[in-house]
Amino acid sequence: MADVILESRPDLHVDLSGAEISQQDFPTEEMLVNMGPQHPATHGVLRVVLRTDGEMVLEAVPHVGYLHRCAEKIGETLAPYQFIPYSDRMDYLAGMNNNLAYSLTVERLTGLEAEITPRARHIRVIFAELNRIASHLIAIGTYGLDIGAFTPFFYAFREREWILDLFESACGARLTYSYITIGGLSHDLPDGFVDRCIEFLDYFEPKIPEYNDLLSYNHIFVKRTANVGVISAEDALAYGLTGPILRASGVRWDLRKVQPDCGYEEYEFDVPIGEGTQGTVGDCWDRYFVRMCEMEQSVRIIRQALERLRGTEGQETQHKKGKTIKLPADEVYYEIENPRGQLGFLVRGNGSVIPERVKARGPSFCNLGIVDKACREVLLADVAAIVGSLDVVMGEVDR
Amino acid sequence: MAPEEIAEALKERFGDRITDCVFETAHPHVFVEAEAWPEIAVFLRDDARLRLNVLRCISALDMLEDDQLVAVYDLYSARRPVSRNATWMMGPSCCVKIKVPRSDPHVPSVAGVWPAAQWHEREAYDLMGIVFDGHPDSVTDAAGLHPRRILCPDDWEGHPLRKDYRFPMEYNGIPAVTELDQTRPIH
Repeated sequence: MADVILESRPDLHVDLSGAEISQQDFPTEEMLVNMGPQHPATHGVLRVVLRTDGEMVLEAVPHVGYLHRCAEKIGETLAPYQFIPYSDRMDYLAGMNNNLAYSLTVERLTGLEAEITPRARHIRVIFAELNRIASHLIAIGTYGLDIGAFTPFFYAFREREWILDLFESACGARLTYSYITIGGLSHDLPDGFVDRCIEFLDYFEPKIPEYNDLLSYNHIFVKRTANVGVISAEDALAYGLTGPILRASGVRWDLRKVQPDCGYEEYEFDVPIGEGTQGTVGDCWDRYFVRMCEMEQSVRIIRQALERLRGTEGQETQHKKGKTIKLPADEVYYEIENPRGQLGFLVRGNGSVIPERVKARGPSFCNLGIVDKACREVLLADVAAIVGSLDVVMGEVDR
Repeated sequence: MAPEEIAEALKERFGDRITDCVFETAHPHVFVEAEAWPEIAVFLRDDARLRLNVLRCISALDMLEDDQLVAVYDLYSARRPVSRNATWMMGPSCCVKIKVPRSDPHVPSVAGVWPAAQWHEREAYDLMGIVFDGHPDSVTDAAGLHPRRILCPDDWEGHPLRKDYRFPMEYNGIPAVTELDQTRPIH
């Protein structure tokens, strides 16, 4: 075809071997592209400054802090029981897990840990895992949205709505729960909760293969995510990545197994890792799919926890010292496995009810540190795929 | 390895550059000299017994009564299991603290040892004012060479988590007061 055109146009000098083109490549100017802070694919107010050459991203510099509320400073002026609502607002998609992390840290510092009743412990596990499912549903739904798959988002929110209804029945709130507090829980379970929860699990479990058919194995979705933004296991450990992102890189590391609290050592569940099914280990598709597999495991854990709950009716779920407990002049650093990774708190007391220092190690904050490395020398469209697969919540990055 | 054994191994190698060890606490830690820190960090990461390959967190503490700032490094070792299907194991974990004077707080950066330190050090500078020398993302301004701020704007004055921090009345013309006749910022 090209030959025909050339024969008819002897005035054109086209080098068909391509050698000339690669020698004098089209000169393109480098350009700075501002992605965010108001951008639908950045999941909140994240701003990434991209240095681009045509479609290639040469450098990506994330800028954070637009949501900084000085939560740590607030923690130094409030008793731990009063700080619980602030912990909700850090990772606002996983309020229960944040409450749990701060409660466990303070309980460890004050020695209240041993006095939490089995019933309170089991209910904590149920809510932490339900919130993990709710959080992963958002992660998966919005990730599809980033890539251009609109429909799965609505399915994910439909399921999440059911979980929020369960939360609402237990504590009255749908987003910022403050349900798990120092010394136990703010309320015991409402009547009929266990039945409604089992009903939800029976409904939800068969839906997971449906999502896999709808999104996970969707050809376009796989093309957009497989082999994109590969993070090696060494990099993941060196950058301090945790949670699904670390596991997607092939590291079978889960604090619920490694450093069990709340009785997680008694539960049977697997730790899914990225296996490179569609591409390379540690690519965007693996990070997405690990979350999908974790939801199945969470369902398993909740079923076991509901089983353990039988016969514990009547046990105290709130320790009477929880609201007024004094913090000894000591410090403790403790981490738990949040949906997004390891959330850690460093709490330092000075003998009064008000802590001297509260430091939060947000998993999203640490996970976001890899962006400038993972987004180097990639296509512009892949930046949205990579940032989306990290599933950051800016409320927690900025605290 | 228990914290005592880690401290023993460090003392054996670095002698009196390990200034203090505290074990009677819920958070056992060792104090090290700021100048020796990069060398100690490489030892902690590469020694066959320790292999502390993950930096969990850098916290900064303000000890106003001692006139000191403290950088707290929490480290652990993630160990690869023999069988591929097993869960990775938690090896030794360790906490290192570095005390620096409040008036001139300088700590060498360990971003080259653990890249995870990059953002933590920026945060510790931003909120507590500990200057990490040799940080890969440093800027120079009126305060000298220091890591770039991360949470506060680049032109922010002061370090909000210090105990003697005074909140500003306004920032670039944006008032920080909520009442008309207010003379003191609310925090």
